[in-house]
Amino acid sequence: MEVASFLIVFFMVRYIRNSLQTAQQFPEWDRILVIVQYAASGLLAAEIFLDSDFTKWIWHLMLLGMVGAAYLLKDFRPVRNLWLAVGPYILVSLFSDIIAIFDSGVYKTIKDILDVAQIFALVWLIATWVSSQKQQKALEKERIKRLQEEEQGRIIANQNVMLEQLVAERTAELTRQKEELEQTLSELKTTQDQLIQREKMASLGELTAGIAHEIQNPLNFVNNFSEVSVELIEELKEERKRDDRDLELEDEILGDIAQNLQKITHHGKRADSIVKGMLQHSRTSTPQQEPTDLNNLADEYLRLAYHGLRANDKSFNATLVMDFDDKLGLVSVVAQDMGRVLLNLFTNAFYATEEKRKTGLEGYQPTVQVSTKRTEDHFIEIRVRDNGCGIPQAVLNKIYQPFFTTKPTGQGTGLGLSLSYDIVTKGHQGELTVDTEEGKFTEFIIRLPT
Amino acid sequence: MKVLVVDDETDVQVLFEQRFRREIRGGEIHFAFAHSGEKALAYLNDHASECVLILSDINMPGMSGLELLRLIKTTYPVPPPVVMMITAYGDSASYDQAMQLGADAFLTKPLDFTNLKEKLKTVL
Repeated sequence: MEVASFLIVFFMVRYIRNSLQTAQQFPEWDRILVIVQYAASGLLAAEIFLDSDFTKWIWHLMLLGMVGAAYLLKDFRPVRNLWLAVGPYILVSLFSDIIAIFDSGVYKTIKDILDVAQIFALVWLIATWVSSQKQQKALEKERIKRLQEEEQGRIIANQNVMLEQLVAERTAELTRQKEELEQTLSELKTTQDQLIQREKMASLGELTAGIAHEIQNPLNFVNNFSEVSVELIEELKEERKRDDRDLELEDEILGDIAQNLQKITHHGKRADSIVKGMLQHSRTSTPQQEPTDLNNLADEYLRLAYHGLRANDKSFNATLVMDFDDKLGLVSVVAQDMGRVLLNLFTNAFYATEEKRKTGLEGYQPTVQVSTKRTEDHFIEIRVRDNGCGIPQAVLNKIYQPFFTTKPTGQGTGLGLSLSYDIVTKGHQGELTVDTEEGKFTEFIIRLPT
Repeated sequence: MKVLVVDDETDVQVLFEQRFRREIRGGEIHFAFAHSGEKALAYLNDHASECVLILSDINMPGMSGLELLRLIKTTYPVPPPVVMMITAYGDSASYDQAMQLGADAFLTKPLDFTNLKEKLKTVL
């Protein structure tokens, strides 16, 4: 039976070392356990050579010591239940050895029972051992599974953190992009406003010379008519001093003075309206629609455009033809805006005739014509026609595009027609159409609802 | 003496008639008015050799004063009348061109009527 004891000790040591991981956890205990193992091996060898009866008590002590240590020591708590497996065997073998010492008679009678009990105790030990191994394996499995789950949980948590971070980064990126876009949009809006203002100023620049000329003329008349009126009054005074007063002449002079004063007022107002028009032209605010005499407006801007170009280029000339519908009446428009549209169309018309004239065509008479008409379908129609170079088909569908210009760099903003189109269509719910033949003519038609 | 005044501003007529009313009343000067270069030419053709002096604006829609001057100097029967040019732009290019085309005087707006009267009297 000592082989059994040895095996029990051997496996117990192994079991304790394995399950407690003593090599890492309790190096000192591990050393002791290794010593115990060597001692057991030594004891087995000693028993074989000495053939002594005494060794079985050492086996008993060794087994009891180990079970007791496992049961009592704090460090061995996880293997505390070793006694459950080993206990029966120790008890049975200890009891049978003690009986054999004290009463060999009794021992002999119950020896078979004791042997059987010992075998049962061994079987119990092995069964417990196997079941515990199984349990441990299951536990180990469970533990590994839990570890794996934990690992997975940790990986998922990590991934979540990473995802959160990514989302945060993307959100920040998107927010930044959105802010950038908003910034760009507001910059574009500002630029657009500036460009529109610049276009206005550019056309104002074109106008300045025309305006100067247009103001100079009425001013000359005002000066001349007032000077001549002073002369007339002097003459009248002289006449009244004479004995043979010519009353007819006096009446004539008075009539002339009255007429001159009317002329002064007329030309004063003419200059006034030109200055007002100029101020309106440069203003940025959007004024209301007001009943406007479009014939007057067209006439005024045609002259301004003409004299503006004249002032810049002395060789420039054109015949102006005006064909106004007397029954046009007042039309509700934003006079300032419509003036810009007309100015732009006139300037383009003059430019087209000038381009054609420069080709040195024999007998060419540049002509720009403006006509107004109240149509039968209750529209107001303004036609601006020139006999200039016309618009090539290739660019016809681009003429309303912002920044499109056929003029040399620096001479046109390319916004004139684009703005005109917006003013007519969006500002007045009208239509702006064009009819042209290359080399022959161009006619822009503004149609406004009444 | 008959003077043809060419200017697209119609009030020029009233102004000249008043400024020269003594001369007109005295029968010294007769005025005719045309409101464009084309009308001036038509008038000259209808009243051949009546006018001794033409006063023309340069900046007019249609035929310009310089073109009118050229036509008068090249096509009008001898002796060509005196042609005085008036312009709001006293630039040297216009002046040179007018003189080259044979203008007898070059006046700038606003017109100095005292000066103009003297010039007319020397022509007379």
